[in-house]
Amino acid sequence: MFYIYCPYCGEHREEEEFHNHGQAHIERPADPDSCTDEEWGNYMFFRKSPKGLHHEIWDHVAGCRKFFNVTRDTVTYEIKEVYKMGEQPKVVAE
Amino acid sequence: MSQKNRLQSGGRIDRSKPLTFTYNGKQFEGFAGDTLASALLANGVDIIGRSFKYSRPRGIVAAGAEEPNAVMQLGATEATQVPNVRATQQELFSGLVSGSTNGWPSVDNDIMGLLGKVGGKMMPPGFYYKTFMYPATMWETYEKVIRKAAGLGRSPNEYDPDTYDKVNQHADLVVVGAGPAGLIAALTAARGGARVIIADEQNEFGGSLLSSKESVDGKAAGAWVAGVVKELEANENVIVLPRSTVNGYHDHNFLTIHQRMTDHIADRAPNGQVRQRYHRVRSKWVVLATGAHERPLVFGNNDVPGCMVANAVSTYINRYGVVPGNELVLMTTNDNAYRTAIDWHDAGRKVQAIVDTRKNPTGALVEAARERGITVMTGSAVIDVQGSKRVTGVSVAPISEDGSKVTGSVKKLSADTVASSGGWSPVIHLSCHTGSKPVWNEDVLGFLPGKTVQKQLTAGAINGTFNTAGALEEGKKAGLEALSKLGLSAVEVEVPATTEVKESKAMALFHVPHTKPTSQAPKQFVDYQNDVTAAGIELACREGFESIEHVKRYTAMGFGTDQGKLGNINGMAVAAKVLNQTIPQTGTTIFRPNYTPITFGAIAGRDCGALFDPERYSAMHKWHLENGAKFEDVGQWKRPWYFPKAGESMQEALNRECLATRESIGILDASTLGKIDIQGKDAREFLGRVYSNAWAKLPVGKCRYGLMLKEDGMVFDDGVTSCLAENHFLMTTTSGGAATVLNWLEFYHQTEWPELEVYFTSVTDHWATMTISGPNSRKLLEELIDGDVDVSKDSFKFMDWKPMSVAGVPARVFRISFTGELSFEINVQANYGLHVWEKLFEHGAKYDLTPYGTETMHILRAEKGFIIAGQDTDGSVHPYDLGMGWAVSMNKPFSFIGKRGMQREDCVRAERKQMVGIKTIDPNVVLPEGAQAVFDPTASIPMPMVGHISSSYWSACLGRSVALGFVKGGLDKMGEKVYYPLVDGRIVEAEICSPIFLDPKGERQNV
Ligand SMILES: [Zn+2]
Repeated sequence: MFYIYCPYCGEHREEEEFHNHGQAHIERPADPDSCTDEEWGNYMFFRKSPKGLHHEIWDHVAGCRKFFNVTRDTVTYEIKEVYKMGEQPKVVAE
Repeated sequence: MSQKNRLQSGGRIDRSKPLTFTYNGKQFEGFAGDTLASALLANGVDIIGRSFKYSRPRGIVAAGAEEPNAVMQLGATEATQVPNVRATQQELFSGLVSGSTNGWPSVDNDIMGLLGKVGGKMMPPGFYYKTFMYPATMWETYEKVIRKAAGLGRSPNEYDPDTYDKVNQHADLVVVGAGPAGLIAALTAARGGARVIIADEQNEFGGSLLSSKESVDGKAAGAWVAGVVKELEANENVIVLPRSTVNGYHDHNFLTIHQRMTDHIADRAPNGQVRQRYHRVRSKWVVLATGAHERPLVFGNNDVPGCMVANAVSTYINRYGVVPGNELVLMTTNDNAYRTAIDWHDAGRKVQAIVDTRKNPTGALVEAARERGITVMTGSAVIDVQGSKRVTGVSVAPISEDGSKVTGSVKKLSADTVASSGGWSPVIHLSCHTGSKPVWNEDVLGFLPGKTVQKQLTAGAINGTFNTAGALEEGKKAGLEALSKLGLSAVEVEVPATTEVKESKAMALFHVPHTKPTSQAPKQFVDYQNDVTAAGIELACREGFESIEHVKRYTAMGFGTDQGKLGNINGMAVAAKVLNQTIPQTGTTIFRPNYTPITFGAIAGRDCGALFDPERYSAMHKWHLENGAKFEDVGQWKRPWYFPKAGESMQEALNRECLATRESIGILDASTLGKIDIQGKDAREFLGRVYSNAWAKLPVGKCRYGLMLKEDGMVFDDGVTSCLAENHFLMTTTSGGAATVLNWLEFYHQTEWPELEVYFTSVTDHWATMTISGPNSRKLLEELIDGDVDVSKDSFKFMDWKPMSVAGVPARVFRISFTGELSFEINVQANYGLHVWEKLFEHGAKYDLTPYGTETMHILRAEKGFIIAGQDTDGSVHPYDLGMGWAVSMNKPFSFIGKRGMQREDCVRAERKQMVGIKTIDPNVVLPEGAQAVFDPTASIPMPMVGHISSSYWSACLGRSVALGFVKGGLDKMGEKVYYPLVDGRIVEAEICSPIFLDPKGERQNV
């Protein structure tokens, strides 16, 4: 049960209010029609499963309904930072 | 022979309050303040169960949460049955009904002998591995017998009559354990102004002090405890939780506490009181002051009733006034356990000998024992015991200094009780719950909490600090540290004085040697609950299981409901010895939530029965109830399924509803359709990106059907979206998909296209939606329209919508159709829904206006070949598979979601499964949904399967069955045969046809 700080609401709320949307920073290709099957397959299906720092999207679904990014350690489950959509993480794996 | 083991005085029981209870059908008496275990021991009950695998008689071994044997079934009635309760933790109350769970048909008689022997052979170490590796049928054959014989407890067959609660709490500090360390930590933090919760699993606070003869602060330890508790209770910032087990320590300092409110009072919670509470606590800091469990030693026949953990014996004597036998032999590796022999002696019963495994013990307690004239046999060990239903004697032998072998001749002593102590294991369970790996400490001879990322402090015996003075010091330190971390000021707390006892060094011994090799020696039990022996662990290591995790799974060590609280460290020591390595080299031990078993009642709380899941009703629900609707669950909605008249079967009702709709008018409550209000200057652009078809030119006043795809090109929802104004649309979704679709839209808007100005609002519940469908529907609508609104064929066309007033209520009316009939969807503000619905019936009576539910809706749409997303789609079909290429606009400027996906190699190949109509050759046969299609019914099994039926109904309007299904390359196989072999052996022959069974030109809706 995580305790998550919503950068839009500006407070910590219980995990039950949130929903995880998987890996963050996956951009939809600007011109899908020119992607090869492999490129499109990578965009759609391939995801990281790192041991350690992971950047992921969470949705304050039972709150403000905003999506935001979380940097989380997948070993200790520590949340290292949260940041808004469009921003870049400060805490990154070496 | 009533309470033959009860002392005349002493202990924390109230001899003026006798309590009667039942155990295995027999009545006994105990006193207020007893646990079920202490009362059974007071009455001289030796056997409380039989063992899992070997069916050996077992007795009470411990006095607390770590008890492996005395696992009871409680409950005076069927509805109040509670399995899996440790007798050592159950307070006695008048009328308590208990029984052994381990032991069938009787714990006392050896009727189980035969089965036990069979069981023993059937279940060698590695039983789980070996059995599960072979056909499951073997397990099924034995499972019932083994389960019943092993007695894993049973759940009640009736509803639990009691109420349970959940409580969400926030705290500055949770202190787990109210022994000396926890008490002073809580006191310190509370004095400093922190909001504190202190929880302890026992009925009384005090921990080790409850069974100790020590003095604290110059008075009896109990008096000091009472003073601290009084101060804590008086502090409004402190929540004091006795009978409350902190069962789980989860991420980000979240703890779950299982509080038993009335389990100590009666079989059922009295007068509507809550029986148990489940606290879900988010705490800024945590102090673990969970204490330690004493380890028994592993020796021959160490499971015979009468073999106990040393400190448990002291607890029964000092806390409960019960001496559980007459002649004691104590075996110990340390000074601490000498207290047990001294307590026994002081209680007036005979101590045959203290058998100390060390050559030359010298501490103060050793001297105190010798002063009492107790025989101390040094450098020796109890290598095995005699007796079966109770210990009758012991074999003592000298052992080598490292404890590895017997070095001299064996001497027999008479005894009925053997207390043993191999030192103490810190209770690190909660620290392990969040993934922290414990670390072996050679001085403590135990595992200590490892590195953690939680905001966790520890104090007392959990750190290997086993004396009261040290625990108090650490508790105060933890309290002060918590205050400082919380940003609160330090406070003055005086650590009370205690008597220092000088102890000599303990010996690292876990597994006592025998004259015979382990495999031939009498069974030496490591894990009582799962009947794991030292020989079994040695065998596992010899068979090549070198990781302790593998050994545990191979032998099932630690897999019981006690999670190996007593046995795990001993088991690791046995494995380490065989593998010729140290314990830390062998591995570590990890405990998982829950610390002790928790009831389902507490976990469920009030979320059961009618409150299990929210139910959603439309505004017309009352009418549906009054008119005999049968309901269907669609998501959380209760939707009318069909409306049977008296004496009608379901099929008869459906036939009537379908015919009435096609011949006159039917009405459907469609309020549950998801509705999303979409506004903003880029709303139209947004729709074009998330739907597969074009939206750029949809004029105000028009509606359009759309398919929503995932990036892989597969259909996931559909619905009609209407243009309300240039920058304003109303999207409808499937009833079950509304929340998912809204989330989908928001996801793309916020993460991919934030530059688009568009706003989404769920308005599903704001509108009541009623669809009138059938040739007379226009006439009915016209009667109810206020004012002059033209709804004729030419001025209110198919796929138009218009605002108007219906039955005196502002309405949006959509001329759309899911039945293929002339059809109007009337939307009014939800509060007016019932009024308009009733007005429709008032005026509709002359047309035999017929209400229908979801089933008739499904039949009518299937006759027209309209899909239901989620029934005819399953995430693997794209629009072309559905024959719905007309709903895809490949030349939109923006590459809409799903466009690129459905152009992948696999999506454009021939022979994809495609949706078609399926007409059975025998029109009376209705194929079951899910039936698998084959082209060649004579093919050998397994036949190549080429598709399945997704929708199938009896059509009263057509007088035959209709079905929609998928067939490989089906769109090019019109008129060809396909076969459906069914479970009952029939093979149904059918023909592939157009999915539109009725009115292929769509003339009925264009009138
Ligand atoms: Zn928020």
